[in-house]
Amino acid sequence: MGALKHLLDFTGWEASQVEDLFETAKLMQEVLERPVKKVPALQGFTVATVFFEPSTRTKISFELAARRMSADVVSFSPGGSSLKKGESYKDTLLTLEAMKVDAYVIRTDAAGVPYQATRWVKGVVINAGDGRRAHPTQALLDAFTLTEALGGLEGKKIAIVGDILHSRVARSDAELFSLLGAEVWAAGPATLLPQTLPGARLTTSLKEALSDADAVIALRLQRERMEAGILPSIPEYVAGYQITPERLAWAKPQAPLLHPGPMNRDVEVDGRLADSENSLVTRQVANGVAVRMAVLYHLLVGRNR
Amino acid sequence: MTFKARILEAPEIRRMLRRIAHEILEKNKGPEDLALVGIHTRGVPLAQRLAESIHTFEGVTVPVGVLDITLYRDDLSEIAHQPKVRETKIPFDIWGKSIVLVDDVLYTGRTARAALDALIDLGRPRRVYLGVLVDRGHRELPIRADFVGKNLPTARTEVVKVKLEETDGEDAVELWEL
Repeated sequence: MGALKHLLDFTGWEASQVEDLFETAKLMQEVLERPVKKVPALQGFTVATVFFEPSTRTKISFELAARRMSADVVSFSPGGSSLKKGESYKDTLLTLEAMKVDAYVIRTDAAGVPYQATRWVKGVVINAGDGRRAHPTQALLDAFTLTEALGGLEGKKIAIVGDILHSRVARSDAELFSLLGAEVWAAGPATLLPQTLPGARLTTSLKEALSDADAVIALRLQRERMEAGILPSIPEYVAGYQITPERLAWAKPQAPLLHPGPMNRDVEVDGRLADSENSLVTRQVANGVAVRMAVLYHLLVGRNR
Repeated sequence: MTFKARILEAPEIRRMLRRIAHEILEKNKGPEDLALVGIHTRGVPLAQRLAESIHTFEGVTVPVGVLDITLYRDDLSEIAHQPKVRETKIPFDIWGKSIVLVDDVLYTGRTARAALDALIDLGRPRRVYLGVLVDRGHRELPIRADFVGKNLPTARTEVVKVKLEETDGEDAVELWEL
């Protein structure tokens, strides 16, 4: 398979490509430990973070990754922008294209916008989350963190717990983990489970998903779903699906616990676990920068500016 | 590529490295605060061999590090293929050290420049020397080596191939025509 042109999801990906990317990410971790946490590899490139939907941590993570590779970074967010004046996604991107941007990191609540963007702009498009569809860099950093903790995903049982139906993270995680040979289980209340989730087995039984799991990923519960009447109530969710120390004990000993953040403490995860040794949440955040540096390196180096 | 000549054989390479090790000790006035840093790929075994010679002569173990300069190449964004990033491992504090950067061939000087940039991002050495097995000329930057195994005048159409036991199964320096 040839070099990656864009990062939209994992369609057409091979495990060896993920391994190559992780190899680079490992070396980027070393760069982030140096006194000068910056290399000139992407000097002269301009990366735009185009966040039509707000997100603090993904945006900061991408911007830091780009800056640590010496790229110039411009940032677009809809607050006070022309989007409010009726400008379309396409026109916003064409405007940035006219300003000679090389890579577009796009976050949007509308699934498919990053795909469309590849037709509108010449630069590299990186999907930073589109609707319920995909969030590939989150999945990459989750898989990278799990690979560090478990020594690889081949044959490992990974449980994803929470609002699977609305989660782009669950979709991308299931797709990527199964590509890497893991057995993926997705668990949640029936109202929050989709009909199917490619790469995963679905269950309403938390115990079934967690039993002998090598790792557990708790997803963020979005309170707005509750207001929309999709979710019963917080106490009901907590009673059935919160990851507590007692429930984590169903999984293998020392099974790591991940969460894409931001975490609603004592909702998805018992507060005692959030800061425990099992929790790899801050490790995920740190790895996010290294993985995104690797993504930018693989997508941009060797391309014409 | 066509083969032109075998320039160096294993015994000559061995003698040259021993001489360079002596020259390093002489210039640095002994092994104090000395460290060797090999530039990927063939600079790494060369640095290790120099450290072994220094240990033989002085009974002192000089630290050896590994430097990958891929992320510092000034042509990185112009090249068509994507070079694989490799490990940089400097298992000692470079602050205040006298560091010998070691590579197999000195040509345009761009690798040495990138290595200097990479090294200085890791700390502030007291001074940096450059040691190479072969200097083939054609510098594009004001860089020279402090320690040279062999000065080999070449044409730009020629390629100097350094082979080492550790990476290629034999020690030799060959000249090829593009």
